[in-house]
Amino acid sequence: MRHVLSVLVENEPGVLSRVAGLFSGRGFNIESLNVAPTLEEGVSLMTISTSGEEQIIEQIVKQLRKLVTVIKVVDFIDVSAVEREMVMVKVQADDARRAEVLRIADIFRCKVVDVSLNDLTLEATGDHGKIQAILSLLARFGIKEIARTGTVAMRRSMQPENA
Amino acid sequence: MELNGARILLECLKREGVDVLFGYPGGAVIDIYDELPRHDIRHILVRHEQAAVHAADGFARASGKVGVCLVTSGPGATNTVTGIATAYADSIPLVVLTGQVPTPLIGNDAFQEVDIVGITRPCTKHNYLVKDVRDLARVLRQAFYLARSGRPGPVLVDLPKDVMQARTEFIWPEDVKMRSYNPTYRPNLNQLRRAVEALIEARRPLFFAGGGVVMSDASEELGWLARTLSIPVTSTLMGLGAFPGDDPLWLGMIGMHGTYAGNKAVNNADCIVAVGARFDDRVTGRLSAFASGARIIHIDIDPTSIRKNVQVDIPVVGDCRKALAGIREIATTRLAEKDWATAHEPWLTQVSTWRTEQPLTYVQNGTIKPQQVVETIFSITRGDAIVTTEVGQNQMWTAQFFTFRKPRTLLTSGGLGTMGYGFPAAIGAQFAFPDKLVIDMAGDGSIQMNIQELATAVCNKLPIKIVILNNGYLGMVRQWQELFYQRNYCSTCMEAQPDFVKLAEAYGAEGYRITEAGELESTLRAAFASPHTAVIDVRVEREENVYPMVPAGAALDEMLLV
Ligand SMILES: Cc1ncc(C[n+]2csc(CCOP(=O)(O)OP(=O)(O)O)c2C)c(N)n1
Ligand SMILES: [Mg+2]
Repeated sequence: MRHVLSVLVENEPGVLSRVAGLFSGRGFNIESLNVAPTLEEGVSLMTISTSGEEQIIEQIVKQLRKLVTVIKVVDFIDVSAVEREMVMVKVQADDARRAEVLRIADIFRCKVVDVSLNDLTLEATGDHGKIQAILSLLARFGIKEIARTGTVAMRRSMQPENA
Repeated sequence: MELNGARILLECLKREGVDVLFGYPGGAVIDIYDELPRHDIRHILVRHEQAAVHAADGFARASGKVGVCLVTSGPGATNTVTGIATAYADSIPLVVLTGQVPTPLIGNDAFQEVDIVGITRPCTKHNYLVKDVRDLARVLRQAFYLARSGRPGPVLVDLPKDVMQARTEFIWPEDVKMRSYNPTYRPNLNQLRRAVEALIEARRPLFFAGGGVVMSDASEELGWLARTLSIPVTSTLMGLGAFPGDDPLWLGMIGMHGTYAGNKAVNNADCIVAVGARFDDRVTGRLSAFASGARIIHIDIDPTSIRKNVQVDIPVVGDCRKALAGIREIATTRLAEKDWATAHEPWLTQVSTWRTEQPLTYVQNGTIKPQQVVETIFSITRGDAIVTTEVGQNQMWTAQFFTFRKPRTLLTSGGLGTMGYGFPAAIGAQFAFPDKLVIDMAGDGSIQMNIQELATAVCNKLPIKIVILNNGYLGMVRQWQELFYQRNYCSTCMEAQPDFVKLAEAYGAEGYRITEAGELESTLRAAFASPHTAVIDVRVEREENVYPMVPAGAALDEMLLV
């Protein structure tokens, strides 16, 4: 099962390697990792997406909390959240296929960010599932290159009653 | 007043209550050594940095205080890694101070530069590189606080040479605040109520004590509960001494070389209270068969220990002593709900049958049996000693045949299994308790890993006794080869052994050799009575094995017996 964890950390040298080392040293898997400063000085937010059985995820969360530089860990599986990632994808699009690629781009509200005679570069944002769907639909045209961010996520202001 | 970093460091150590420091100098820490003689802190010069860490560790285990060591950069720092990992595996509070090249050179592959913070990240509780002298006092305060609080552990502080020379106003931070670190000491009351409920329902309950009982000084609470509620007790290797080994409720240690009664009890109990233990694979045997019929109550200060290996019914996060005290308080109000002694009577009869059916034993045949050496030492000392061990068969026989009655009397590398631990740890313990008899139960292989510390012991007139159970083998590995690798004794026979008696004498210590069972007691007595460091080379039966033995991957009750 895929989990997105938000990890609030003290922004000091080595904090990234502490977190990354925890994952590699214990054989946990990181699917994507995003790090950026927050509004509060000296505090960074890492968004980590990972997958594993419940017991593994529980260990990951506990082990993260145990790191001395980690302030807070939230597993977004437990709360209602908005989740986004972004991808730039360069697709083969000669004259014959261009219209169809653009149609798919349109359906998914992608932006065209670069064009050449033979290919189109699209920018797409969405949750993990949507990005996967776009990529799999574009695959048959021939994807030349992708650059993809990790997931970022934010708790929704309105939580369902039982959350 | 402005002080330099070296002076601030020593002022901080003093305020943290440090009066002994184990170390080894070098270029990067020479400013600290220059300052040292002006302070009321004793520095013990070891002969290898690994030993400095083990000595600090032995000091910490014996005394319950934070152990401190100081080494230089580069090779000095890398030599500490085994010691740090040993302490980390057993949750021992240490502060390890390493020198570092001057900050402008960091990252330049300077002479004697290593990234020790990077190297030790996975084997320290936390570590620091101090880049500015103004951070020094705060970092040291945090380092000691982290080392001793929560689940204790080693903390490393890397000290660049220019930071030791730089000057600043010394301000001692009175308290430590870390928003990202808040260990839970106080257990959840509801969980404690559930634990008591489970104990009331239990018919075959069992206490299972780990190193956390020793560390949190919870022995008294454990003893009260066991006796009042008529519950038998087992432990891990690290838990030995947490409950008196001569108490009728004591079943011995469990695990790969645990007792028959202990291992049987675990797999037949209907309720296990695990206290400060982490269910290491050497303890559980095959996990799927471990305690399969029991509700497990698991008390630990470290939430990551809970449900890591074993599914737990009632997790209790908190300090072991506080948790047991809480259970005691609740149990006291509910004592009348059950006739504990009568309700557990069939179970206690059962466990004592197991105990008498298959006690720890060995076959005497006229040679010197290693188990007999341990028993003789116990009877000579009446158990009044601090015993350290090396690793291997010597360690297991000590655990099995010495009756530990008090916490902090067995110092052994449980989690990492570090050969070469015992002797330097004995040095540390002797500094913590100058008047106690300190014995290192050694193997002929392990003792050679830190034998150079004979110089440290002799130089400081430490009356430590090293008893070498000399089988001429890396015995524990040989045992595995014998039992599971068709006796292919590849590289386990220790040829060209030194003459340990002459070696001891060369260092200025006393050397004794025992080759006949008849001399065992008298020679040991003579050596123990001596005020000098002594090495006692006991030639034991060479191919003796440690039993019971649960083969790796087998269930705990699938034991090979004598
Ligand atoms: C530093 C280190 N290296 C290797 C081992 C693997 N090992 C475990 S027990 C053992 C044999 C120890 O021999 P000895 O000290 O003579 O003890 P004995 O088992 O013979 O009592 C070895 C090599 C270890 N535990 N530690
Ligand atoms: Mg040996």
